[in-house]
Amino acid sequence: MNTTQATASTPHVSPKPMSLMADDSQLLGKPPKGYWRNVGGHLKHDKVALVASGLLLLIALAAIFAPWIAPHDPYETNMLDRLTPPVWMEQGSSEYLLGTDELGRDILTRLIYGGRVTLMMSMVPVGLALLIGSTLGLVAGYVGGRVNMLIMRVTDVFYAFPSILLAVAISGAMGGGIVTALFSLTLIFIPPLARITESITTKIRNEDYVQAARATGASVFTIIRVHVLSNVLGPVLIYASSLLSVGIVVASGLSFLGLGVSPPIADWGLMLNALREAIYVAPTNAALPGVIIFITCMSFNLLSDSLRSAMDVRL
Amino acid sequence: MFLYIVRRVLYTIPITLGVTLICFLLVHLGPGDPLNALLPEDASQASIDRMKAEYGLDKPLPVQYVIWLGNALSGDLGNSIANGRSVSAEVVSALGNTLILAFGGMLVSITLGLMIGSIAGSRPGSLADRILTGVAVIGVSVPHYWAAIVLVVIFAVGLGWLPAMGMDPRGSSGFIFDWAHLKHLVLPILALSLIPTGIIARSVRGAISETYGQDFVQTLRAKGLPEWQVFTHVARNACGSAVAVIGLQMADLLGGSILVETVFVWPGTGQLLNNAIFMRDLPILQGTILILALIFVATNLVADILQTLLDPRIRR
Repeated sequence: MNTTQATASTPHVSPKPMSLMADDSQLLGKPPKGYWRNVGGHLKHDKVALVASGLLLLIALAAIFAPWIAPHDPYETNMLDRLTPPVWMEQGSSEYLLGTDELGRDILTRLIYGGRVTLMMSMVPVGLALLIGSTLGLVAGYVGGRVNMLIMRVTDVFYAFPSILLAVAISGAMGGGIVTALFSLTLIFIPPLARITESITTKIRNEDYVQAARATGASVFTIIRVHVLSNVLGPVLIYASSLLSVGIVVASGLSFLGLGVSPPIADWGLMLNALREAIYVAPTNAALPGVIIFITCMSFNLLSDSLRSAMDVRL
Repeated sequence: MFLYIVRRVLYTIPITLGVTLICFLLVHLGPGDPLNALLPEDASQASIDRMKAEYGLDKPLPVQYVIWLGNALSGDLGNSIANGRSVSAEVVSALGNTLILAFGGMLVSITLGLMIGSIAGSRPGSLADRILTGVAVIGVSVPHYWAAIVLVVIFAVGLGWLPAMGMDPRGSSGFIFDWAHLKHLVLPILALSLIPTGIIARSVRGAISETYGQDFVQTLRAKGLPEWQVFTHVARNACGSAVAVIGLQMADLLGGSILVETVFVWPGTGQLLNNAIFMRDLPILQGTILILALIFVATNLVADILQTLLDPRIRR
């Protein structure tokens, strides 16, 4: 499809939100900055956004370079050191900074490795859904008529399901596993993205400047690339960024129910589920894997909020 | 107004049909035959065919759908593959327990969400606003199942104040309105209501602070109306969008209950679904999802109608 290329090349064109146009630099006669540089400028002064992206970067880097930084082997069990408490508690040892799990594996190591699976299970579906959902929305909005009816009514039906429930149902019916989980997660993220794209596209399509472009003989693809995408991209990207945290929660939820990756692979949700059995013996260890899920989700949410106010978009 | 409501009600018919279609197709999504769990490995072709005919699986899919839909309309959702009991009976008996949690969670999250949102939205940028917005972000970011585990660790394991699992001190699954049963409700409802509380608080804050920025508020203040009466005007204007958001939270409460019920061993639809997935009992899976989705469709219908009644500016 044409969309991916177009997505990459649009950012610098056409209508910008008013609030960002009235920038000091323009008053001083300097050349106006690009829209995205302006957004970046806003974010640079946003402490919350900086902390959140720092944390996310740290977690992502740890996941990518897991084999080099993880202190232990993620699969090495040690029956003598089962459920060692974290280092700050009595009987904790500096050997296992965050303690060990029910099979004596190092929790810190498994959290670092688990980031690979969990982050992937949230980012891949959101990315895929962004591609498919916005394409569907663009087509529905731009073509209109029956095509719009068809696409949007199907979307409405998927909207009628609570999303976690739909993901669990599809994963469960298909027998679980990581591919199934990715599929079901993608499926629940497509409808909202399609809906947002469709509503903006429909609005833009009837604007005077789009009519003018069409009258002067601009091709459909040019209009979509120059006018529609530049308006759609901001809100859709912001919405997709807010889905990342939902993705973490639902993906870990699927693993938590045993519908994601299978043991002994390290995954945040799966760890939480396995350690749940030890809740009376080692409550701190049982709650630990959730902390990282929480921090990641919160960082994604805060970053998405900051992005929204920097881009001055209302959803 | 009346016409709008009729249109909105009629619109749920195709949606409901779509929902049933997806639920029907769920069974056919899986690898292999829906009967795999039932048949022994070395079943002969003849017995497989007989079994298929018995469950109606030998007919083409559209025919199967119509038959299934007809049965579903008369309340027959088939029988559980695992224990042969009627799916509708199983789902209905579990549903009550889930709805107790869902409505409890709804009550808590509406109360807290409206309070936090109104206070924060009335004074945007103030210290109270920043603290409460922070609390709301935390609420949105806490996964239900982790919240459940942390609550159990603190209040059941650590302090020993509240029970960690089940819904009845004697281990049965009926609800009676007394203190012993209410104690079992506290932790699951808290765990379940965190995310909806955060979402409601955030959107109410947005709606309220935006309404405060409108011209009519200035007029009200200029004519000397006390601040609390100004707030009632603002709240009246913001309540339409709040109702819409609240209606959508039912999704999170019904969906989240699957995860929360697992942690608390709560005998509701979540546990039923969990067992069905584990046993590959597809009729139960299908029936549970169908009923929960229909409840959500109904909630949205009610929320939409309420919204138009409260805010006549919206007539979509």
